[in-house]
Amino acid sequence: MNILSIRGVSRSFASQNGGAATLALQATSLDAAENDFITILGPSGCGKSTLLRIVAGLDQPTSGEVLLDGTQVSGAGADRGMVFQSYTLFPWLNVRDNVCFGLRERGLALAQQHEIAQSFIARVGLSGFEQHYPKQLSGGMQQRTALARALANGPRMLLMDEPFGALDHQTRELMQELLLGIWEAERKTVLFVTHDIDEAVFMGNRVMVMSARPGRIKFESAVPFAHPRHYRIKTSAEFVKLKAELTEQVRAEVLASTALYSEPLHPASPAATP
Amino acid sequence: MLGVSFFVGFTGLWALATLGGFVSKTFLADPITMVQSGWRLLTEMGFAKDIGITMWRVFGGFAIAAVLALPLGVLMGAYKPVEALFEPFVSFARYLPASAFIPLLILWAGIGEVQKLALIFIGSFFQLVLMIAVVVGNTRRDLVEAAYTLGCGDGGIVRRVLIPSAAPEIAEILRMVLGWAWTYVIVAELIGASSGIGHMITDSQALLATDQIIFGIVVIGVIGLVFDFAFKRMNQRLYPWAQLGK
Repeated sequence: MNILSIRGVSRSFASQNGGAATLALQATSLDAAENDFITILGPSGCGKSTLLRIVAGLDQPTSGEVLLDGTQVSGAGADRGMVFQSYTLFPWLNVRDNVCFGLRERGLALAQQHEIAQSFIARVGLSGFEQHYPKQLSGGMQQRTALARALANGPRMLLMDEPFGALDHQTRELMQELLLGIWEAERKTVLFVTHDIDEAVFMGNRVMVMSARPGRIKFESAVPFAHPRHYRIKTSAEFVKLKAELTEQVRAEVLASTALYSEPLHPASPAATP
Repeated sequence: MLGVSFFVGFTGLWALATLGGFVSKTFLADPITMVQSGWRLLTEMGFAKDIGITMWRVFGGFAIAAVLALPLGVLMGAYKPVEALFEPFVSFARYLPASAFIPLLILWAGIGEVQKLALIFIGSFFQLVLMIAVVVGNTRRDLVEAAYTLGCGDGGIVRRVLIPSAAPEIAEILRMVLGWAWTYVIVAELIGASSGIGHMITDSQALLATDQIIFGIVVIGVIGLVFDFAFKRMNQRLYPWAQLGK
């Protein structure tokens, strides 16, 4: 059963000085089934974040439509929780009140808000930090709070836009395991944008590779690893093989996108001439 | 500490110039005479009442301006059409020198309290509106988007994101503009008033009492400083999160 249907969604941006509009995203279709963890890979500027923002309702498609449980999406809503790459905790609220933000909007009783918040704060390992303000937290802790805030709201699905992109490598790997652990327990449907191939394979059960701008989904691969996944699978032969295949796919697009703007760096490189 | 030592040094220079006989007493009274006549003003001539009246005018006019400027500024910052409607006029009105309205205000409202309040209102309202609108309009876009994905509607965005996010800076704006309101009230009292600090200063001018004039000016400075300090403290208390990472 599909929970999310993206049907022929494209997006073009009007140019600033009256020229032709720029196409950022070609007509793209994608279906997400219940419990899917879909990771979307692509070179920077390929429109993967645009696609996610359209699903979130923060941006409008130029053509096509997005259906959530068969209903067309128009505008943002609490049914699609989002975690951003930038730190978007409300700086004037402490951790607990940040996690309660959506619950308060729904008008839940305070005791109930706190009870729900408490359980999600515990799940992301931040018990004891309820009274801290975002500026008193590290980047990883802020993103964990943002994850708890999105999950506490009980969304139908979770949208993640390079949520760990600003974190250092070690923190990032721990965050991946934390998110995977939560997903294995909750089985939320997730759409996860990243440019980290390791991350895409480790987290997802389906990996999408997008083409260079204007983006479209040009390659899809199922990830065969069973859950719960242990970080050691990252060094398994199967993982390395899948990663190598995706690396080629992404690399071709990165080269294609740089070739659009400048002379090829290595004219003799076989990957540059598809 | 450095700030205090400068005050001391400044007073020392002043004492040297006047008590040392370098400057005529007619033009500049010495600090000791100033303190003595200041004491006389307060105890015998009812200057405390003048101070009270001036403060009442400042806070009255400023409060009216702030109460009206806050909602308008927030709406202008939050909604583009509201901004498009008011911004040009407010920008224009902001550059009108408030003191130039005094003759007009005296014609309209006489030299009573209404004229003083109106002048302070004109002097601070437009400044407040514009600055508040800018601060609210500069709210981080990603915070607004995060709130939308958490189920906020437009009203919720204004109440729960724009206002709390801008609140510390709005408090700073209020603090700054209150300082300007002080100068307007004195100007209003210099030109047409029968009471207040500014009125005392013009009276003293007629009597060549520079000691009283200087005392009046010092009183204005001290009150301004005290309120500035109190305002700052209050802001730090109210918005501890805005102090983090500074």
